[in-house]
Amino acid sequence: MTDTPAPMPTNSRDKSRWKRFRESDFFYAFKRSPVAIISFTVVSILVLSAVCAPLIATTNPFDPATLNLMDGFTPPMEPNAFTGNTFILGTDDQGRDLYSTILYGMRISLFVGAAAVLLAMVIGITLGLISGYFGGWTETIIMRVADVQLTFPSILVAMLIFGVAKGITPVEYRDQMAIWVLILAIGLSDWVQFARVVRGATLVERNKDYVAAARLIGRSPWAIMIKHILPNALSPVLVIATISLALAIIAEATLSFLGVGAPPTQPSLGTLIRIGPGFLFSGEWWILFFPAGTLLALALSVNLLGDWLRDALNPRLR
Amino acid sequence: MAAFIIRRIGQSLLVLLIVGLVAFSMFRFVGDPIDNMLGQERTIEDVERLRTQLGLDQPFPVQYFKFLENAVQGNFGVSYRQGRPVAEILLERAPATLELAAVSGILAILFGIALGVFTAIRRQGAAANIIMATSLIGVSLPTFLIGILLIYLFSVELGWLPSFGRGDTVKLGDWWSTGFLTSSGLKALILPAITLGLYQMTLIMRLVRSEMLEVLRQDYIRFARARGLKDRAVNFRHALKNTMVPVVTVIGLQLGAIIAFAIITETVFQWPGVGLLFINAIQFVDIPVMAAYLMLISVMFVGINLIVDILYVFIDPRLRADRSGAH
Repeated sequence: MTDTPAPMPTNSRDKSRWKRFRESDFFYAFKRSPVAIISFTVVSILVLSAVCAPLIATTNPFDPATLNLMDGFTPPMEPNAFTGNTFILGTDDQGRDLYSTILYGMRISLFVGAAAVLLAMVIGITLGLISGYFGGWTETIIMRVADVQLTFPSILVAMLIFGVAKGITPVEYRDQMAIWVLILAIGLSDWVQFARVVRGATLVERNKDYVAAARLIGRSPWAIMIKHILPNALSPVLVIATISLALAIIAEATLSFLGVGAPPTQPSLGTLIRIGPGFLFSGEWWILFFPAGTLLALALSVNLLGDWLRDALNPRLR
Repeated sequence: MAAFIIRRIGQSLLVLLIVGLVAFSMFRFVGDPIDNMLGQERTIEDVERLRTQLGLDQPFPVQYFKFLENAVQGNFGVSYRQGRPVAEILLERAPATLELAAVSGILAILFGIALGVFTAIRRQGAAANIIMATSLIGVSLPTFLIGILLIYLFSVELGWLPSFGRGDTVKLGDWWSTGFLTSSGLKALILPAITLGLYQMTLIMRLVRSEMLEVLRQDYIRFARARGLKDRAVNFRHALKNTMVPVVTVIGLQLGAIIAFAIITETVFQWPGVGLLFINAIQFVDIPVMAAYLMLISVMFVGINLIVDILYVFIDPRLRADRSGAH
């Protein structure tokens, strides 16, 4: 008996996999759900435009040389009173083109959100597998810590981690490190869901025959956990990851809005929204409206997609 | 049952000790307290004297124990930024947050349960569908955007309500200042309370609705209807009462969350409460204030959890028999 099955010819296998996907229940459910199609389209457009920001943005908002303070407060689609420049979505108080700034800001929001969810996933899956597979006091400790952390709202945990990390980093590095600290804070505040789900699935799977068989042929516990058990626990993880992404994007925006997130030199959507309310009373609504609308579209569509995914992957809930 | 309560109290104390350790480690290792207290012009003797005076030369467990002893007595040291005792600042700020949290909590519970029952009973109705669809947006909208939206609508466009601050306050007793007794105080309370309570309200509403739908399918509800009981009696006396166990849990946990989310609302509305203090403390790395806030809020959370767990036993008689055996 060998460890790995003989590899199938890759070509035919890839084709059949695509075909299998086209014919799957999952794709059928997707085709039938307008909510899923619309939210998937919105997410794709937003992610694509964030990734391609340097190509489709009209200016680079991080380059102070391209900014002209005289351009400040230009309403959308109207020429500026002094310079005569026109901007699609107008400009903010510093004369930054809002369209470009939003594209770059969305990039940071998405990057922080995705990286934080990835971090939470890695931590959660590892701890979930360990506690589910080994049990005993390791499980007790991990799950107790998870329980305690779950009693505190994750945004509060993230704020505390951010505050402590800010205290540890030297003053001159704080702005550069802010993005990474933010990822760490949101990621560490969000692993519990993953750990719980993976532990639950592991508890079910570890008593099945194929795990016993793998153990008999002498595979190491780690190989069994990662290669055999994890693939069977992935679909709930995927659902939680999507919903967590929406939550992480909102958490990032909230922290940045409160002034304990992305620094003004690297503004995310939340940092941009933070500027806006100050100008509401003087009538410059667009400074707030466009970044807030983008954040809302992003969060809402990721959320709806996650909701749909949960229903599609879990027939019991339907 | 007594054993269960005692064990839960023990667990809660353990959690508080661990949180205390985290708070103390923040205090001890993030930045040098001596550095923060003495200015640029200091001698080595000064540093040594302060170190012995503050007990920083003693072993870690001894220091930790001292910290706990002080914390229990409400002594959290001096704020780096304001130079006043942290306990004094917290006490001064607490009434604003507590009043805001209480009003939004009550709003969330009342409207949450009422709307939840309504949408469950009139499941097919147009009104219920509209409420459910709106609630989905309510869950996805970040709190700070709701606040800004309300400010835009009611302060900027309509000019009905103030957009920031607490209005006029009246002193009650030694330190409690209340906004309930002046008209400007009450007006200033409306928008923040709605902002803070809205998310919790939608959460409670959705939970009550799904629990109600679950319960309304049960046989005993059908029997109650067959017995000719009035709708009101069936819906409220028989159905709603049986949804209460999960609802009470969530309400309990959400009460804690309201205090935490008050940070966001207080920042949007510049409400002079504890949350705004905490955010400023993070921005300026004011560790004593952060540590004290952490301790305070965990006492609150752990306490709420404990009360909810004990309430379970009283709400659900089935738990009384076998709960003491389970963990």
